Amino acid sequence: MTHKLLTDQPGKTELMLGNEAIARGAIEAGLCVGATYPGTPSSEISLSLFQISQKTDLYFEYSTNEKVAMEVAAAASASGVRSMCIMKHVGLNVAADPLMTLAYVGVKAGMVILTADDPLMFSSQNEQDNRYYALLSGLPMLEPSSIDEARAMTKYAFELSEQLQEPVLLRTTTRINHSTGPVILDTILPINRQSHFTKNPFRLVTIPSVSRNLHVQLLENIKQAASLSEASPWNICTGIGKWGIICNGVSFNYVKDAISTLDISDKTRVLRIGFSHPLPVSMIQSFLKDCERVLIVEEGEPWLETQIKALAQEVGLTVSIKGKDNHLFSRLYEYDPAMVRSMIANYFNIPDVQPPVPDLSDLPEIPSRPPNLCAGCGHRATFYAVKQAAKTMDVEVIYPTDIGCYTLGVLPPLSMADYLICMGSSVGTSCGFSKVLDKKIVAFIGDSTFFHSGIPGLINAVFNQHQFTLVILDNGTTAMTGHQPHPGVDMTQWNLDGYTQISIEKMVRAIGVPHVSVVRPYQVKKSIDALKEAFAFKGVSVVIAQEPCALINKKRKKRAFQVTDQCKDHRVCINELACPAFYLESNHLKINPAQCVGCAVCAQICPENAIIPVKESQS
Amino acid sequence: MKTTRLIIVAVGGQGNLLASKILGEAAMAANIRVGMSEIHGMAQRGGVVESALIFGDADSTIISDGEADILLGFEPSETLRALKKCHSRSWVITNMEPLPPFTVNIGKGEYPDLKQVEPLIKKKTDRLFSLNATDLARQAGNILSVNVVLLGALSATKALPLTKEHMQNAIRKTVKKAFIDINLKAFEFGEKAINKG
Repeated sequence: MTHKLLTDQPGKTELMLGNEAIARGAIEAGLCVGATYPGTPSSEISLSLFQISQKTDLYFEYSTNEKVAMEVAAAASASGVRSMCIMKHVGLNVAADPLMTLAYVGVKAGMVILTADDPLMFSSQNEQDNRYYALLSGLPMLEPSSIDEARAMTKYAFELSEQLQEPVLLRTTTRINHSTGPVILDTILPINRQSHFTKNPFRLVTIPSVSRNLHVQLLENIKQAASLSEASPWNICTGIGKWGIICNGVSFNYVKDAISTLDISDKTRVLRIGFSHPLPVSMIQSFLKDCERVLIVEEGEPWLETQIKALAQEVGLTVSIKGKDNHLFSRLYEYDPAMVRSMIANYFNIPDVQPPVPDLSDLPEIPSRPPNLCAGCGHRATFYAVKQAAKTMDVEVIYPTDIGCYTLGVLPPLSMADYLICMGSSVGTSCGFSKVLDKKIVAFIGDSTFFHSGIPGLINAVFNQHQFTLVILDNGTTAMTGHQPHPGVDMTQWNLDGYTQISIEKMVRAIGVPHVSVVRPYQVKKSIDALKEAFAFKGVSVVIAQEPCALINKKRKKRAFQVTDQCKDHRVCINELACPAFYLESNHLKINPAQCVGCAVCAQICPENAIIPVKESQS
Repeated sequence: MKTTRLIIVAVGGQGNLLASKILGEAAMAANIRVGMSEIHGMAQRGGVVESALIFGDADSTIISDGEADILLGFEPSETLRALKKCHSRSWVITNMEPLPPFTVNIGKGEYPDLKQVEPLIKKKTDRLFSLNATDLARQAGNILSVNVVLLGALSATKALPLTKEHMQNAIRKTVKKAFIDINLKAFEFGEKAINKG
């Protein structure tokens, strides 16, 4: 069966997720090489392209991290084939090093860099505004407002990149990536695989004398980009009134809906900036000239606002321009339609229109539904074992952690997380903590995150002889973002060949870590013993806890456990493990057989041995 | 065309996203403009899944507090939690079968009194339609069809600008072949529960 994104019927309308529309745009552009490190909210773009790569000439890879993904794409583009790299906003921090100098070197075939920002941090550690990367690097940037535009802009981004010989930043926010809407299919260009690399070291090797010239070229390219932006149909000016609104991305939708609800279309003109770097300077200045007052509606930082105020100053305009302000928009979180409408009403001094809402102050408190590690998750077993082993230490234990499902270990009753800043930070920060604190440091990192950016920290620890234990939680997948592969995964289990599996244990040993052990966390006592030894070791010790992710472990035969009359209600299981398969019935512990995967961890810690497998005949 | 805003709330695993997809496809087939969004970051790990569907003339794909015209709740406590999305004239359609959060299951939280759910919603909004969609799904032959039972109920209220046929066709187009019959039956059960009620 062909992939749904390969439908070759130009003009047909299909319902697509924003991320699918972006993947479709890349396919329509004849994308030849794609690379990514998975990260929400961008993950489904890569999932779609990876699936399609099994069926077409597209090459798509899950790279070890975003920096590598960008380098893969850069080389492909330098060799004359269209390429794309896909990442979440913080991923661009990892790839910022290649980004900044790639802007100097430029590209040959079209290259698109997708950065997915996450205002309100639905699934991220910060809500940084990646539009600043366009200013920082000088690269052109496009920002869609709708799902169909996401498709069309992606396709156009490749053309723009070839025109300017620069990579193009395509910047989305979660509400583009994870919204669904109709998409009008366009023609699919064939994949041009004809690669050619022309040696030209005095243009492509960035030694200082070369880069001095390249920076001049970059500034020329920015100028050319500015003239393209000036004439770009992605910068849309509508309406005729004296009230001006300038906006970008999803805010444009909220503005349009507000103007219609407030019935002020005869008074208001709107400038939607879609080609947002470089800004269309003359267009903005003439827009400002026609307005009595201007409101800027942009989520995140005052990126447009700061630049637009400067542009007004250049032509001596004193029109009132406001955006982020104590009484108007915030730099925090995402916007929503009612908020934008009420700010517009407030700024232009007209009454807001909103439906009457009920008083909900007498609603009972509704218990929260926090996400939880799954029933039978190996991470839970490892956290338990670490906690037991830590109890035997005579000093306090500090737990730097990292990014993945296991970050959920921060919640009680596990409470196994003390410090986290970014991917790989568990290892690097452990080096610092162990140097300044008289405490035991035990860090957690997942397998995929270890490959992503944990390895340099571990090499640092061995070289500088730091003292801590690193627990590598190896569940054989990148679970949190939707079970993508990583270099430690055996790809033959998915019937995919052409991959070499890398052993985490061999690598850790090769780095020279003096104390390495491998445990199966479902074996509770053995794991605790191995952890105790590792904790007592003076120097760097690594414990690799191997248990495949319970959500995708096909090999494991599930056999549920049950609670017998032996139960004396100690509730050690509930209080220490809090597995979601547990529930209380008439104040007695029960195990939901539909959820239990039979890890038997609770059975091993029950002081009365009251938890036993359900007999075959019972189930 | 008039805009109708629908919020669907469910617990991870209840099939909210498939229900949204069916409604989206039905709107496409009916030539009705539709925009949707979803928040499902940690759904597989027991969290809440919320979808917003906007039919008619609007460009936004999310719904602000107090602006949903219809609330379709897959679980009573989640319906209560999502009442802040409603205005005084909203219609609420809710499954009454509780799926207590894990914290409640292990005695570390209190589930709201089920008997109070309906009177509370009635007091706050214009109309309430409640049913035990989980029971009906079981009767239809698969408890997983609870999402489609609720679509049947939604269809019966005629709150959306979509016909029954559009929805049924979208079910045929969207669900796996082997489950089409069970789902059509589930749809019918949901519809009947409202029409009888």
